[in-house]
This record gives sequence, C-alpha cells and structure tokens, in this order.
Amino acid sequence: MENGWQKQDKIRRLKNVAFLATVFAFTVLAVVPLFSVVSYVFLKGISAVNLDFFTNLPAPVGDPGGGMGNAIVGTIILVCLGCLVGLPVGILGGMWLSQFGGGKRGFLIRYCADVLSSVPTIVVGIFSYVLIVLTMRRFSAIAGGFALGIIMIPTVTRTTEEMIKMVPRTLYESGLALGLPEWKVAVHIVLRTAWNGIFTGIMLAVARIGGETAPLIFTAFNSMYWNLRIDQPMASMTVQIYNYAISPFSEWHAQAWAGSLTLVTAILGITLLVRKFSKRIRYE
Amino acid sequence: MFKRQDRGDAWFKGFTFFFAASIPSLLIALVLLLISQSGLAFEKFGLGFIINTAWDPIGERYGALPFIYGTLVSSLIALLIAVPLGLGCAIFLSEVAKGRYREYVAVTVELLAAIPSVVYGLWGIFVLGPWLVRFIQPALKSVLGFLPFFSGPVSGPSMLTGGVILAIMILPTITAISREVFQAVPHSLRESAMALGATRWETIKLAIAGPAASGIVGAVILGLGRALGETMAVTMVIGNRPEISASIFAPSYTLASVIANEFAEAVSDINLSVLIELALILLVITLIVNGIARLLVWKTVGKNKIR
Amino acid sequence: MNNNQLNAKIVVEGLNAGFFGKPALQKIDMNLYENRVTAIIGPSGCGKSTFVRCINRMHETVPGATYSGRILMDGDDILHPRIDVASLRRRVGMVFQKPTPFPTMSVYDNACAGLRLYKKYSSDELDSVVELSLKQAAIWDEVKDMLGKPGISLSGGQQQRLCIARALAVEPEVILLDEPCSALDPISTGKIEELIQELKKNYTIVIVTHNMQQAARVADHTGFFLLGELVEFDDTSKIFTAPSDKRTEDYITGRFG
Repeated sequence: MENGWQKQDKIRRLKNVAFLATVFAFTVLAVVPLFSVVSYVFLKGISAVNLDFFTNLPAPVGDPGGGMGNAIVGTIILVCLGCLVGLPVGILGGMWLSQFGGGKRGFLIRYCADVLSSVPTIVVGIFSYVLIVLTMRRFSAIAGGFALGIIMIPTVTRTTEEMIKMVPRTLYESGLALGLPEWKVAVHIVLRTAWNGIFTGIMLAVARIGGETAPLIFTAFNSMYWNLRIDQPMASMTVQIYNYAISPFSEWHAQAWAGSLTLVTAILGITLLVRKFSKRIRYE
Repeated sequence: MFKRQDRGDAWFKGFTFFFAASIPSLLIALVLLLISQSGLAFEKFGLGFIINTAWDPIGERYGALPFIYGTLVSSLIALLIAVPLGLGCAIFLSEVAKGRYREYVAVTVELLAAIPSVVYGLWGIFVLGPWLVRFIQPALKSVLGFLPFFSGPVSGPSMLTGGVILAIMILPTITAISREVFQAVPHSLRESAMALGATRWETIKLAIAGPAASGIVGAVILGLGRALGETMAVTMVIGNRPEISASIFAPSYTLASVIANEFAEAVSDINLSVLIELALILLVITLIVNGIARLLVWKTVGKNKIR
Repeated sequence: MNNNQLNAKIVVEGLNAGFFGKPALQKIDMNLYENRVTAIIGPSGCGKSTFVRCINRMHETVPGATYSGRILMDGDDILHPRIDVASLRRRVGMVFQKPTPFPTMSVYDNACAGLRLYKKYSSDELDSVVELSLKQAAIWDEVKDMLGKPGISLSGGQQQRLCIARALAVEPEVILLDEPCSALDPISTGKIEELIQELKKNYTIVIVTHNMQQAARVADHTGFFLLGELVEFDDTSKIFTAPSDKRTEDYITGRFG
C-alpha cells in the first residue's frame, strides 16, 4: 500500500510499539512483588512448619518445638465472632436495602456503608476498644470479634444486595402467584436462590478479616496460652506474626514465616476457590 | 386471612430495617466516641497540637505534625510509584491483553490485594528493606544525592521503604478501578478511532483518555485513601521515629503507626486521649479524601460500582 | 448515472467469517463498484454488518473473530497478513450506527481528528481541510460559527454528519456506512441520503440498511443477505421489481424479516 504518508507511518508505528512496551513493562513490575512475597513466604516458611507448629504453644526463645497452635485456634474463634456481628447486619441489612431501600433512607444507609468501608481498620479497633475494652476493663476476644465484624459489614451488605437484585423478578412473582406472603418469598425463594453468590461474598469477607491485624492489637490483644474464653485476651495469627517479626530473635522470625505461610495459604486458597466457584453462578 | 399476612410482612420489614439502620448508627457512634474521647487532649493542647513536633509521653508534650508529615509523604511516594504501574496494568488488562493472559494478570492483581498487611510487613523487613538498602538507595543517592530528598545516611527502616510497600498494597485498588473506568468508555468510541486508522496508542489518546480522565483521578485518590489508612506493613518498615526529615532515607512515623505502636502501652489518660485524637485526625483526612474520590468515580462509572 | 463504465473497486472472493468457529458469513462473492452506491439489505443477524466490517478489517478486532477468503481492492488482497491495517482503514472509511463524536473535542477537532494522526499540519492547512470536509458532509453552513463548541453539543443528525466529515477528512476512497440513519429522525435521514448521492461522485459507497425503502432510494446496486449467505446481488431496480430468487422476493414483500 504505497502512499506519500509512508514515513509518518513509521514514526507512528514506533510510538505505538514504545507505548505497548511500556505498558507491558509496567504490568510486569506490578506483578513481580506478588511472586516475590509468595516465594519468600513459601521458602522461608516451609522449613519451620511441622506438626509442632500446629499443635504447640509458643516456646521461650532457645527452646525448640514452639508453635502457633493457640494463635490458629484464636484466629478461627475471632473470625467466628466477627461473623456473629457482621453477618446478621450484612445479610439482613442487605435484604432490607434490596427490597425497601429505594428511597432516601436506603441511599443514606448505602452511603454510610460505603463510608464505613473506608474507615482505617485501626480506627475501628479504637472504636471497639472504647466501647468494649474500657467497659469490660480488659482485653477480650469479644472486643476483637466486634471490630472484625464491623469491618465485614460493608462487604457483606453490598454483596447481599447485589446478589438478591440479580435474581430475576419473574422468580419473585412466581412465588407471590403461589399465594405466599412477600416476606416468605423474599426469604425462602429469593434469598435461597441468591445464596450461592452471597456465600462467596461472605467467604471473601472472611478471608479478609482473617488477615487483619490492626483492629486486634488492642482489643483481643494477644496471648501465649491456650484459651477458649471469649472474655479474655486471645491470640491470633496475625498479631503473633507481627510480634515475632519485630522481635530480635531469629527463631521467632522463622515462626513468623511459618505463620505467614499458613495464613497466606488459607487466604489465597479461599480467594481462588471463591473465584472458581462464583463463575458457575447462573440464574436462568 | 389478610391481617396475618400484613403482620408477617410488617414484622419482616421492621426486623430487617433494624439491622440496616444499625449501619449508620455504628458509624455515628464511632465518630462520636472518637470525638468525646479526644476531648481531654483537645482541651489541654488545643489546635496548636496539629503543628507541634514534640513527642514525649512521659513529659506530656505532644504534637501531631511528624505523624501527619509521615502519613502524607509516605502516601505521596506510594502514589508516585503505584499510579504509573497501576495505570499501565489497567491499560494492559482493558485495552491490550487477550484471552488467557488477561485472566492470569487479573488474578494476580486480585491475589496481591488478598495478602495480609502483616505478611507484606514481614517481607518488607527481611526482603524489600535490605534490597532497597543494597541497590536502590545507594543508586538514588549517587545520581540524585544533591537533592535534599536523597541525602543523608542510608537506612533500612525508612520513609522510602514505607512508601514502596504502600505502593504495592494500593496498586490493586488503582488497577481495578481504573480498569472499570476504561471499560465504561463506550466501545463505539474506540471503534470510531480505529476506523480512522489509529494505532492502539492513538486510539487510547483519542477515544479513551478524555472520557476516562475524571474517573482515573478518582481511582488515584481512592488509592491515596487506602494508603492513608494502611497500618501494619508501614509500621514494620518505616522506622517509627517521630522526626521530620527531608531525606526519604530517614526513618519516619505515620498516624496509623504511632497508634498501633503506643496504644496498648499508653502511659496515662492524656496519652490515650492524644492517640485517639490522632485517630480522629486520620479519620477526618481519610473520609475527606475518599469522599472526593467517590464523587469523581461515580461521575464516570455510575453509582453502584465502587469497591 | 454519470459514468456508464462499471469498474469494480472492491472484489470479494469466497469470504467466510465467523466468531469462535460459528460462521456468520459463508462464501461471499461480490463486487463493489467505483463511484456507485451499493446497499446491503437483509433481516437481523444475516451478517450484513459482519460483511462490511471485513472490508476495513474491523471484524478482526472482536475477540474470537475468524475469517478466510480474499478481498481485492484495486487488485491487492487486503486480507493478506502483510497489509498495514492502519493504512487500509485510511483508504476505507467507516461511519457507525450511533453517531460517535469524540466527547472531549470540539467540532473542529473532531473533523480533523483522524487527519492529525498522520501529519503535522499548519493551522491554515487544517482550517481549509476542516472547511472542505464539513462542506462535503453538507454541514458547514450549520456549524461554521460554532467550530469551537464540543462535538456532542450538536443534534443527532448533525453529529452523524460530523462523523461523516471526520471520515472524509482523511481522504478515503471507499466509505462504509453501517446503518447510519437508524438512530436519526426522518429529516436528518433525508439530508444524509441526499449527501450520499453527492458523495458517490467521488467515492465508492457501501451502505448497510435494514430499511428497504432507503436502499431503493439511494443505491445503484443491492445485495440481499440471509443467514450469512449472499442470496442475490444485482441492480437495485431489478432486485426490487423482479428478483430472481424466491427468498429475495419473500423478504421484499414482507413475508418475513
């Protein structure tokens, strides 16, 4: 295709190639940290992970066989407590928003949920501290769970509302046409249909709060012992990793890597599973 | 027969509303509690607190400026790094990549967001920090050392390390939202540019840059909002020294970090109140920044799409 | 017709096209004649748009698109991999169904947007090109006093003519119009149909339309597509008065589509 504009074309093509190369380079740079983090966590953590790690309490420095057993249990308990707070508000609140939330009240509530999601998690921790720790005069798992629950609320609410809205109106109307009251249709038919999507949203929220540290530092605090009492301070993986990481002892650093490996495996595992699972949601 | 149905529905509506309404209630309670608990510090130190640079809990001298400085500068460094990389990644995902590669990169960015802050911090202490000290900081110093930002002794725990780790953590946000903004530009505009014979780069300049501009600014500001509130990773690598220094190789301290470090060991009621006042300052800055961002992104993408 | 010699500007030979393996066009053979208007008609989904988008190779910009066959323009196969697609698209311009002025640009900038990609022009040169293109698109009188206003501030019909001006500014040889009037009111439609009659003196025009009356009004030749096949291609008058294929007759008389 000969034309008088041949030379200009070369320059344009060059600019285009330079642009594409830059975009590609930036993308690679953006993605490299993930691989670095994951590989270090794996390599450094795998050598310290053993049965002791999962079943033992932290050992004093210099003693072998220390573990993060109590922290693992603690994280699970704290996440469950968080769900106790976050799920009712999120799911029921999301249901209200999807059905009755069209007006000003709905807009306000949605806006507040959005604002809540941008509050730094450490500030949420302070809120829980003032509300619960000061009242109970001690650190406790309840305070930690409460903070985690608040962090969960915006995600679960938004997911619930969106998933319910995705259920076709015809399904809702068929339920009504059977003579069922509106609320029964909403719960037994619509919610049940939307549940798969809502569940994946919950799992993502759980994965997120499992990795939170800041809101736990002065609510659940930490513990070096086995503890199942929720009115007492409770160990958690994240806080334990933090304490180990900033300590000067290399055995504890190794424990920190091992803890990170466990935590990252769990969180990335949940995230990937959720992604695979949510692709199969269809309502037709 | 009719009455029972009404009651069931009314009860359901009220029951679910109670939970929905707890959301604004919690938010208001949070703000009010912070305000009331920082009252003690505010009464004692007043507005001058914000520009004071002293930090001596035992001697009861407090000032917020070093932390405000640390928070803002570390976030700025994070933006300088994360915006080009994040935009590049978003352009790659939205305009350049095809098929499987798009999936791979998209999943990777999503996983980046899922890694806990404390794990980033651990990696930052033992991997990123030493690497920056060995390679990047000396290089910067030799090339740009005449600037005050790159002068001074090289140090692992530093503003730079804090900024870099923040950049990694806010990158998924910037990428995800920018990508949505790009994809909100109607396909017909892209096609018009291509039909004129434009190359990929020219198509983006002609058809996408204009409509996407305000949304991208919003994405960047949202990234800033995330950076401001990030606590653990930064605390672990920034050095935690309440001093203001021009050099980015020097240690620093952010609002979130000082709260995380000193809250559990507050020496007095006034100490606690000061920390809560710092939290209030952090909250206000974060809410304003996020509010602005939300407005900009709404305009481009529509009201229901904010993460 | 001003010139009785029919010269095939574009020759389509055995064109197949599809998406992810599902065929959208099957073995299309057709000629597009220079300085004539060719209309492409047929029911929804028959492949009209796909066909036209193959001619300026926009078809391949959609993920999963496949094609085979040859399209010869002045003797060269434009589907050949070594063809510079950007140059091709300069010679074969396209106007889309929905008017798409670039939203952040003025009328003036929109008109010369394509042109400025290729060369640096002085502002005098640009002025004259913009004026010429807008005149060719029969919109100059309406917008000459508002060249600085944003392109999207024009009415729908004006925006579409602006897009035509934009396509004309790069001096193409062929213009593809993909249902250009379907989003416009009857008066704007009429203006554009008049415009097409003027433009064919200097360009080769292909227009996709779902409106048979428009084809009858505007086109010299018409091709009827059905389910990806070119059923019949002939002089417009023949297609509409004495079609050879029964399927064509059924479509024309409204028995389906």
